[in-house]
Amino acid sequence: MSANIVIIDYGMGNLRSVQKAFEKVGFTATITRDHALIKEASHIVLPGVGAFGDAMKNLDSLGLSDLLHVEILEHKKPFLGICLGMQLIAEKSYEFGEHQGLGWIENAKVVRFEESSLKIPHVGWNEMNFHTPSVLFNGIPDHSNFYFVHSYYFEAPSTYAIGYCDYGKSFVCAIQKENIFATQFHPEKSQTHGLQIIKNFANLTKESLC
Amino acid sequence: MLKHRLIPCVLLKDWQLVKSIQFGSFRTIGHPTATVRVYNARNVDELIVLDIDASLNNEPINTEIITDMANECFMPLTIGGGIKTIEDVYTVLGAGADKVSINSEAIKRPSFIKEIATIFGSQCVVCSIDIKKVDGKYRVFTKKEGLLDIDPLELAKEYEAQGAGEILLTSVDREGTTLGYDTELLKLFTHTVHIPIIINGGMGTPEHGLEALQNGADALAAAYIFHFTQFTPLMIKEALSKHRYPFRFI
Repeated sequence: MSANIVIIDYGMGNLRSVQKAFEKVGFTATITRDHALIKEASHIVLPGVGAFGDAMKNLDSLGLSDLLHVEILEHKKPFLGICLGMQLIAEKSYEFGEHQGLGWIENAKVVRFEESSLKIPHVGWNEMNFHTPSVLFNGIPDHSNFYFVHSYYFEAPSTYAIGYCDYGKSFVCAIQKENIFATQFHPEKSQTHGLQIIKNFANLTKESLC
Repeated sequence: MLKHRLIPCVLLKDWQLVKSIQFGSFRTIGHPTATVRVYNARNVDELIVLDIDASLNNEPINTEIITDMANECFMPLTIGGGIKTIEDVYTVLGAGADKVSINSEAIKRPSFIKEIATIFGSQCVVCSIDIKKVDGKYRVFTKKEGLLDIDPLELAKEYEAQGAGEILLTSVDREGTTLGYDTELLKLFTHTVHIPIIINGGMGTPEHGLEALQNGADALAAAYIFHFTQFTPLMIKEALSKHRYPFRFI
């Protein structure tokens, strides 16, 4: 059965870029906020750029937070969070005040880079160092470069970390918890290796992850 | 380690990509989608396209061509030219761009930067500043209004305070000349602001890139060198890596 991929449209970010990355590797993906379509989906992608508080507000007001809890945590559909979409699954963010996240990764919080010598945002190509093997990395060499652009990072215990990146400090840049995958970098903007991650995600099946 | 970036910065005019010399005398580079495909295949790190029909002639932003280019571009794409409203930003991002470059509107209304950053994030806002040296003094220049009586460093500080993500710093005097970047200007900027600086205008050899990196540039933008010299993006990156400046090789 072919994948039925949806990209969650909650008014934040570069959805079209993510959609065409799936197209490039031979899949179709639907951009939607329609609950019925999301319930039918086999794979769910949460991209996003922008501010954490606004993003949560949008997810809540569209009824998507509750729906995603059901589809991801109960129905265990493969999930890919990208950039802000990764940060949103933390418990808390400290971007412009304190905000509650979706809370799928225990003890994870989103905090700002503090080192004064660093330029913020962290923008450009940086290496991901593998921490734990993951199906998300099939066909990708360790220490490959990916495109990052963010001012806040995901601070979490190493329990679910699969990749780290160095920018002033070592931070978690990719995670996997069962069916939940997320990257701080933008695979859709990271050329060959990024497209490989998109492809690996699309090729996952719920069965293979449980 | 975070890599330095090598970024083609080209102009869109009459449905073609072109390269200018000191903001005049345009030379055609090629068809937009074909050119983007080549850049993508050569693994340049990002791409900046400035639509001068939209900025100079007030034509509507050419979403058709932006969409076509974005479809070939699996690296970050920055689009500029004629962006004046939040609706324009939605239009350009909706067509597949990742960042917008703003120039004239930010000079008129620096709060426009904050408006964009609040909705789309700072990383989305590249502030382009064009600069000309007159009687030993650097002055802000726009294609439409010419020389303005504005101190570029004051403008840059204001942009940073408003939430700009990066500055695209172009020396009009060096642009398209292959005489090298204006490193004196660059130094003034890197000592003044703390956001990433993309230097533009004048790269004719990898050595010019080296001079810019030694003076604090985060990223190198260029066009002429990719199309009208023997140097490829890979050759430039290899030359600069030999001097211990990290670049990305796939």
